[in-house]
Amino acid sequence: MTITVFVQFGLALFVFVMLLLAAAAMVYAERKLAAAFQQRRGPNRVGPMGLLQPFADVIKLMFKEQLRPGGADRALFVAAPIISAACAFAAFAVVPFGGSTTFFGLLPEPIALHVADVNVAILVVFAIASMSVYGIVLAGWASNSKYSLLGALRSASQMISYEISYGLSLAAVLVLAGSLSVRGIVDAQAGYWWGIVPRWFVLLQPLGFLIYMTAGVAETNRAPFDFPEAEQELVAGYHTEYSSTAFMMFFLAEYINMVTVSAIATSLFLGGWHGPFLPESLGWIWFLLKVSVLVFLYIWIRWTLPRYRYDQLMHFGWKVLLPAAVVNLIATAAMVVYLGA
Amino acid sequence: MITLNHYLIVSAILFATGAAGVFLRRNVITVLLSIEIMLNAANLALVAFGRYLGRVDGQIIVFFVVTVAAAEAAVGLALVIALFRHRESLDPDTFTTLRW
Amino acid sequence: MALEALFFYAFAAAAVVASLLVIGQRNPMHSVMLLIASFAALAALYVLLDAPFVAVIQIIIYTGAILVLFLFVVMLLNAPQEDVPEDAGRRIRVHGPRRLGAVLAGVLALELVWAVWAAFGPRGAPAFAQGERVTEAVSSVRRIGQVLFTDYAFAFEVTSLLIIVAMIGAVILAKRRSDAGSG
Repeated sequence: MTITVFVQFGLALFVFVMLLLAAAAMVYAERKLAAAFQQRRGPNRVGPMGLLQPFADVIKLMFKEQLRPGGADRALFVAAPIISAACAFAAFAVVPFGGSTTFFGLLPEPIALHVADVNVAILVVFAIASMSVYGIVLAGWASNSKYSLLGALRSASQMISYEISYGLSLAAVLVLAGSLSVRGIVDAQAGYWWGIVPRWFVLLQPLGFLIYMTAGVAETNRAPFDFPEAEQELVAGYHTEYSSTAFMMFFLAEYINMVTVSAIATSLFLGGWHGPFLPESLGWIWFLLKVSVLVFLYIWIRWTLPRYRYDQLMHFGWKVLLPAAVVNLIATAAMVVYLGA
Repeated sequence: MITLNHYLIVSAILFATGAAGVFLRRNVITVLLSIEIMLNAANLALVAFGRYLGRVDGQIIVFFVVTVAAAEAAVGLALVIALFRHRESLDPDTFTTLRW
Repeated sequence: MALEALFFYAFAAAAVVASLLVIGQRNPMHSVMLLIASFAALAALYVLLDAPFVAVIQIIIYTGAILVLFLFVVMLLNAPQEDVPEDAGRRIRVHGPRRLGAVLAGVLALELVWAVWAAFGPRGAPAFAQGERVTEAVSSVRRIGQVLFTDYAFAFEVTSLLIIVAMIGAVILAKRRSDAGSG
């Protein structure tokens, strides 16, 4: 009993540390890839090939002075980055990143690589996504600054608009898989058709996957939907008045949200940790690969596409994406009933 | 040993808290928040009873209560906005035109 | 078992304390944030009651939508904080009813607790019915769906109508009346 508690705790700690390292890796990857897309070098001074750049960034940020605007509401000003970061980490708790493993025989019995196997896991992800709106709104309000407030309001309305399409594309996957647990959905994608084609849901639901990724990019406030943070228009949007560690928390939250959206997309559409040539206990390698591909896609989109204007963004969310998601759900449900599969 | 009583007492305390908020506060938005507290207290009692009777109906009624609460909050807040535009105040004591 | 009791007391205390603080705050923004804490504690209580679906619905709809609406309205109206009036005449007129209100709320709480006590005895109701205990939430969601769409289908459809009416009503009520058009 105590062993299980320790194991659970250890797993949670492990995931936490890995997410922090993933955020650091993504900082580096983003800058290097941005440089590659723009035909320049990127960071290459700190450490070999600039690999220690993110750590240098973190150390620099931690040593900066922490400012607080005069009229800011103290409690809310401090709470906002905490809420953002906490929600970003919490959403990853229900993502399975591997099959059962015994860590090469260290443990007496196999454990599932999963912090919390909740039976309503998909809804938990959705719930935490809807909670992360608060971090942004509070940041904008508590900063007592025009730019922050405008950026926060725009960002919040963008997030709640795209949440609906996000949820509907998730619902279509639920209909296919017949289970609300993420692990159940991943297991429904094991195996192959005709021995070669993997049973990934992306092949059954291409539109759903596109809708999910688009809504996910909008949810995480990344380009081309990053108007609320647009440097040219709004200084820095809702985190204008934040400096040092609080600023780092917002960025951490943003990168980890990206990782979470990619991880959920992998689990729901790309088959999670299932892949050829590797036994199930090493499935986390496949998971890592698939998540990395999606994160690369995120970064690629950011540095390639121009930014949407705010009204275009809202028009797209409500008048294009939402009807597409509804049609997708209805078509999926109809096919499931008709084909009886 | 947590029994049904425990949950019902928590629900009762929450309901009284919400009622106190409606009686005592002079800010229309806080009054609406207190109404939400009362609705939640009722939800807790419903789910507790549903579990006590071993039926799923408690949860379903909660589902409807939450939906109705959402609709009520939306319309209530729209009213608050309209009132605020009229009188520039959120104190319910300023809206006394119909009082004798 | 002891762990469950610990969780129950912790979350129940959190919910009650947060609600008491909600009605005591002067700044409506703080009230909304404390209410979020209270609702999160209530969601945890629902999980303890074997109702994870209701818990998640509570978070998604109540804290994720309704309270965001409240927050937006508070921010857009720049809701002023309540002031306690200083002059003596108004003081009596404000504080008298307030104290009476507080006493009435206390009496309500006592009455409700007494009602529960009288109905189920001081020892509390016997342990929860073991009858249809649902252990897996998946099957519970499935059962909720089945019952919802068969026994409560009419209520479900009427609820959708209610939501549409509320949406239309909210938009019309909050719209700015333009002088030129018919509003």
